[in-house]
Amino acid sequence: MSTVTLSQRELKRRRKLGAEYVAPSPYTLKAALEKGDIFTKLSALVFGLGNIVHKQYVKGLLFLAGEVGFILFMIFSGAHNLSMLPSLGWRKESSGWVGDEFVHTPGDNSVTILLYGVCTLVICLLFLLWWSLAIRSAYKAQCLGGKNGRAPSFMDDIHTLFDSKANILLLALPVAGILIFTVLPLIFMISMAFTSYDHNHLVLFDWVGLQNFKAVFSNSGSIISGRLFLSVLTWTLVWAFFATFLNFFFGLFLAMIIQRNTTRGKGFWRAVFSMSIAVPQFVSLLVMHQMLQPQGAVNRILEQWGWINGPMPFFTDTTWARVTVIVINLWVGIPYTIMQVTGILQNIPAELYEAAKIDGANWWQIFVKITMPYIIFVLTPYLITTFTGNVNNFNVIYLLTRGDPIPVGDSAGKTDLLITWLYKLTVDRSDYNLGAVIGIMTFIVLAVVSLITYRSSGSYKNEEAFR
Amino acid sequence: MSKHTQIKPQSQGFMHDQRKRRIVADIATYVLLTVLGIIWLLPIVWIFLESFNKNTAPYQETFFPTEFSLDSYISLFTETKVLNFPRMFMNTFIIAVFVCIISVFFVLSVAYCMSRMRFRGRRSFMNFVLILGMFPGIMSVVAIYFILKAMGLTSDGMTILALILVYSAGTGAGFYVMKGYMDTIPTSLDEAAMLDGCTRWQVFTKIIIPMCRPMIVYQAIVGFLTPWLDFVMAKVIARTQDNYTASLGLWLMLDKEYINSWFGRFAAAAVLISIPIAILFIVMQRFYQESMSGAVKG
Repeated sequence: MSTVTLSQRELKRRRKLGAEYVAPSPYTLKAALEKGDIFTKLSALVFGLGNIVHKQYVKGLLFLAGEVGFILFMIFSGAHNLSMLPSLGWRKESSGWVGDEFVHTPGDNSVTILLYGVCTLVICLLFLLWWSLAIRSAYKAQCLGGKNGRAPSFMDDIHTLFDSKANILLLALPVAGILIFTVLPLIFMISMAFTSYDHNHLVLFDWVGLQNFKAVFSNSGSIISGRLFLSVLTWTLVWAFFATFLNFFFGLFLAMIIQRNTTRGKGFWRAVFSMSIAVPQFVSLLVMHQMLQPQGAVNRILEQWGWINGPMPFFTDTTWARVTVIVINLWVGIPYTIMQVTGILQNIPAELYEAAKIDGANWWQIFVKITMPYIIFVLTPYLITTFTGNVNNFNVIYLLTRGDPIPVGDSAGKTDLLITWLYKLTVDRSDYNLGAVIGIMTFIVLAVVSLITYRSSGSYKNEEAFR
Repeated sequence: MSKHTQIKPQSQGFMHDQRKRRIVADIATYVLLTVLGIIWLLPIVWIFLESFNKNTAPYQETFFPTEFSLDSYISLFTETKVLNFPRMFMNTFIIAVFVCIISVFFVLSVAYCMSRMRFRGRRSFMNFVLILGMFPGIMSVVAIYFILKAMGLTSDGMTILALILVYSAGTGAGFYVMKGYMDTIPTSLDEAAMLDGCTRWQVFTKIIIPMCRPMIVYQAIVGFLTPWLDFVMAKVIARTQDNYTASLGLWLMLDKEYINSWFGRFAAAAVLISIPIAILFIVMQRFYQESMSGAVKG
């Protein structure tokens, strides 16, 4: 066991990761099936046999219990769940008199079938993992038993769980949480994109393949069409671009003004601007929504002053609404930028400025050649997160305009982002399949944008140089 | 413009010219900051004054109220037949306490594993979480509802439990900030402790956790605030008014049916919710900036 010959792939991995590299466990599935004794090999059928033979009773019984549990689950419901998955059910709910008896047949519910099917698939995958774990554990017991005379006892295993393998103990619950409440819903939702689960098929629906994706790109659909998708997508990108960069530049500008040598009361000004962070976002957005109504406070005061004659169409005219949300987002976002940038401005090494001044640079040159590159370098990851955050900025749009103005007959309004459209399609209109498609599209957009920007950013290319 | 003072005196420039320019720049700065400051504070001041307005109609003749009273606050807590705000407040508080505890525990354990332990699959896990974060969260809201329904957690009494689960289960994925902070704690501390016979678990509980206190406060507040700020998840999961959270209640008060009689109380509720959250936020800010400045200097 002293020299483990590494495969070509492992060698490459080791070179790439350097100090980060972790050697693979010598107790692999392959080794277990090739070099294991008869008990180890039999463990592939009766889980935990190898462990029990080597006196690891508790561990062996746990493996066995897992296997028995899985088999029972498959017999009583799992197999049924899987068999229903391809058809998603076909029996309609019915009730009526058969002879003298009133018979009610509940019928199939495709959502439940789909959910249980997906869950069963995930459980099957977990069982495969359990299987390989059982075999490898049996092989390990065999090897260690041969070497040390006895395999580690259950108490020893518990101790390693608190020491060298604490990661398993600590990660178990959080990972389970992520699996059940983040990954499973995602798989479930993604699978919905390939079904006909919409407001017309709420109980029984079928697999339809890529039809929903076609609907997004064709121009025939009524609820969703290529035209609508394209316009929402364009607005989403325009919005995210303006929301991110206007916030960034105005925030930078304000931070630098406050930072000036001769500006007094720096703390006071920063406090004024961070007041809006402290108020919960949905409260301030609802208040703004209220203030900007046709009858709202802003229109009132402008009319009182005699500046306007009718109410201004803040949320009823497309261009007005779009500009309004971007401007209000400035109100929401600039304080965050000020907070972020102030810290970084203070961190820029003073000698850089001094050297530039000795060389006779003016303030604009200093700004362009020193301040900006430094800030951009540090803030690129932050800008990318802000951009993706803005693509997913549900609150600002939904609480302010709810997508208004909405052209008659369209499912998405002129200020709807992909994310609010997705929400409306699923929660309000029950067109789950289309919502799922939009969700997948949003993911693709986000992944592409962040990949491109991140890859071409300085902080990614030079990451190693600063370690 | 902000860098005027840093320009070297030019050969033909006189001293008083420099001073004049500086004074002009100063005045411009203060005027700009004052105007923007007023814009930033206006909505906050407005809703605060509206909450004391005697006239509770949503649309009024004047911008600021003219008569003041405490009626909105009193009726918010006494008239609980239509919308039971005290109960919504309690619901949210209970949820927030649990989410706070669970999320701190989850984030700490995941961050410790990612920062201190080296095991196979560590990097894949971190990349996986990053990719997972790119799926829009709203997408899974409905799916989560179906899953909770299948688990029997959507019935009346169970909604609070369901919301606790939903808010806290995925928090382990938000370990990045905490991990960044842990990375700045020198590993020599761990090594010294382990030489003295500490297990990894003891290193975690006796060294890392006490040293992460600023970030724990930050994380605890973030966890505590989640239920107060979210309303999408709550809207889908809490179907009856008995289980509403405070944010959902506020949202409902501005609905077309309620707004005419509830606007004053909406303002009062908004102020009541904002005050504790603002205090928590200011506390959190301090700890966050402390920890970030530590991480940047590293």
